[in-house]
Amino acid sequence: MSVTSTTSQPNYHILSVLVQNRSGVLARVAGLFARRGYNIFSLAVAPTEDDALSRITIVVDVESTPLEQIVKQLFKLIEVVKISELDPRRSVERELLLATVRATCDDRGQVVELANIFEGKILAVGADAITVSLDGHPDKLDDFEELLRGYGIVELQRTGRVALPKLDREARLRAVKGKVV
Amino acid sequence: MKMTGAQALIKALEMEGTEVMFGLPGGCILPAYDPLLDSSIRHILVRHEQGAGHMAEGYAHVTGRPGVAMVTSGPAATNMVTPLCDAYMDSIPMVCITGQVPTSAIGTDAFQECDTVGITRSVTKHNELVMSAQDLPLAIRQAFHIATTGRPGPTLIDIPKDVLQNSMEWHWPTDAEVIDSLPGYRPTMKGHPRMIKEAARLILESERPILYVGGGVLKARAAEALLELAELTNIHVVTTLMARGAFPDSHPLCLGMPGMHGTASAITAMQQSDLLVALGARFDDRITGKVSSFAQQAKIIHVDIDPAEQGKVRRPDVPIVGDCRLVIEEIVKAIRELLATGSTQADTSVWKSRISGWREQFPLSYEPSEPGEALKPQFCLEALRDSAPPDTILVSGVGQHQMWSSQYWRFDKPYTWVNSGGLGTMGFSVPAAIGAKVGRPEATVWAIDGDGCFQMTAQELVTASTERIPVKVAILNNSYLGMVRQWQEMFYEERYSEVYLSPDTPDFVKWAEAMGCVGIRVDSPEEVQPAIDRANSIDDRPVVVDFRVAASEKVFPMVPAGFGNDDLLLPPSQMARKEFLR
Repeated sequence: MSVTSTTSQPNYHILSVLVQNRSGVLARVAGLFARRGYNIFSLAVAPTEDDALSRITIVVDVESTPLEQIVKQLFKLIEVVKISELDPRRSVERELLLATVRATCDDRGQVVELANIFEGKILAVGADAITVSLDGHPDKLDDFEELLRGYGIVELQRTGRVALPKLDREARLRAVKGKVV
Repeated sequence: MKMTGAQALIKALEMEGTEVMFGLPGGCILPAYDPLLDSSIRHILVRHEQGAGHMAEGYAHVTGRPGVAMVTSGPAATNMVTPLCDAYMDSIPMVCITGQVPTSAIGTDAFQECDTVGITRSVTKHNELVMSAQDLPLAIRQAFHIATTGRPGPTLIDIPKDVLQNSMEWHWPTDAEVIDSLPGYRPTMKGHPRMIKEAARLILESERPILYVGGGVLKARAAEALLELAELTNIHVVTTLMARGAFPDSHPLCLGMPGMHGTASAITAMQQSDLLVALGARFDDRITGKVSSFAQQAKIIHVDIDPAEQGKVRRPDVPIVGDCRLVIEEIVKAIRELLATGSTQADTSVWKSRISGWREQFPLSYEPSEPGEALKPQFCLEALRDSAPPDTILVSGVGQHQMWSSQYWRFDKPYTWVNSGGLGTMGFSVPAAIGAKVGRPEATVWAIDGDGCFQMTAQELVTASTERIPVKVAILNNSYLGMVRQWQEMFYEERYSEVYLSPDTPDFVKWAEAMGCVGIRVDSPEEVQPAIDRANSIDDRPVVVDFRVAASEKVFPMVPAGFGNDDLLLPPSQMARKEFLR
């Protein structure tokens, strides 16, 4: 499952699915996608502020499948509590990338510079390779990955995106006053 | 009160109102079978776990109460997969209890271990592996709640052996606790008022309306409300395979079954309508034929409790999510209000006369057999129908005999027809008939089966004999896998591949007798009535009547797979006047 720059086109949808934190829930969600022939682009699962709930962030490629049917089928799963579709233009998205890149003494400096430009981090340096990390908007990670490719990527791992709705202006102001719950 | 998990399980089943369960014990479920000895629940010991599942379905079909099945782990659980899937496709409320290897052995490939919850995940509405005895009562309550509310369906509770053996402190969760424990499960019951008004308006405005009635009407126990709606608006009704009996076949507004083997008038009325009021129906491919050419001029009102059915196949103009009974009642009320405030119903008289023309010209028909020719299956069904005591429940397997049963029977009451619609499970009828008879012991239960179907689950007649469940089975025996044969004849240039069974093996009469049933063979038309009379007079054991019928008989009308409903094939005797069907 490779994440390519096509994700920046608006032909994908982000579903933020709040589920009961019980064993087998992820299998149910994944099984539903497989069984109904829907394609998952990326998937991230993690606990939320409420112990009883987890949030699954799913990026779906909906060129072939109507999103409405996916959402309705997902909602039929008993453990699914809430589904929000996040409009990429109205949400904040983040992802983490780890990459080990071929870098001998000669081009190590260039890779480090690249990481610095992107505000990434150097995690480990070896004789002929270097491991970097970058977190940020998935589009930024796409660009970084593309540039790293020139040096030779030994291993690369991305987390898949997580997202939350953007606060509107009023909510932002309230957030500043610390009133958002 | 302290008790074991097993005791808690049985007590919870009793508390949920379980009167009867179908099952077969084995290693991991053993602890649950001990407290069963002291329970009020009647247990019916099956000969194959698949039988237990279909019996539970048959029971649920005719009673409206959830069918309960209990089996052990591993192969027993995998044998339950077919009935679970069948119940899932046909929205049958059913609760299945499976044993599981002890918690310490899970994941070790232990004897009779399988990933039951994983295997059954996509064929249940919900399932759960219960890891603590303390959790059992809530899990059982959730299973019943989920199985019977919203769009009904099967649920499964998988219980490791040590969980059954461990002790727990009895606690019976309240309704509120159950609902709070399922924050993501809130079925919508009441339809949206604006949509209901819109539906009422459309119904009154349309000139060629049809009520397209599916199994959801029966699940919602909405037959009475439907009758009121149909009679108030004087709109014709089609009842799908899953809805036969939801509207009386004897009613002048009833057009019978639509779809692949529906009546010509039902198929054509849907095709030509300007408004389809879909009530608890799901636009199945067997109904629509080629979707792009299905009822092209029709607007759609779609009432269904499952939001995922709205727009899955055909985009509705008026989607109404809710319980069919409540929504139909609200629509009736809204129509009455509109009529009371001066609205009038559009003139449907031209439409009505077209429909009656189709009904007159294109009744169901078959060529009666000439003297000396083999029996016609339709003739047997008509004779069975005409001799059936009132309120007889008809249960069928899957194939030609199923279509003829639906076509030639007259269903005048709801819950008198049981069949496997969505999954099309051969072998369904014998065990489902047993379950139906257990649920409605006062009713005569006839299973109509094919010789192919019968050979899949016939051993459950041993269960029926030993448990004294006097069902009656009519085998329409044409020595073929008849429906497949029909397709090979029509679409594979009569190249018959692996469809011929055997004319005399097994000997169904001897087999029936060996299972403790009365066996009767019928070869000629004169023998039909005496055999049926004899079968109807026997009430102390199961009866099997082996009707030896013509192999070449085909089911008509037929919309070939992949074709549109305008391309339906009529019986050969009607084909010449097909042009009048528009």
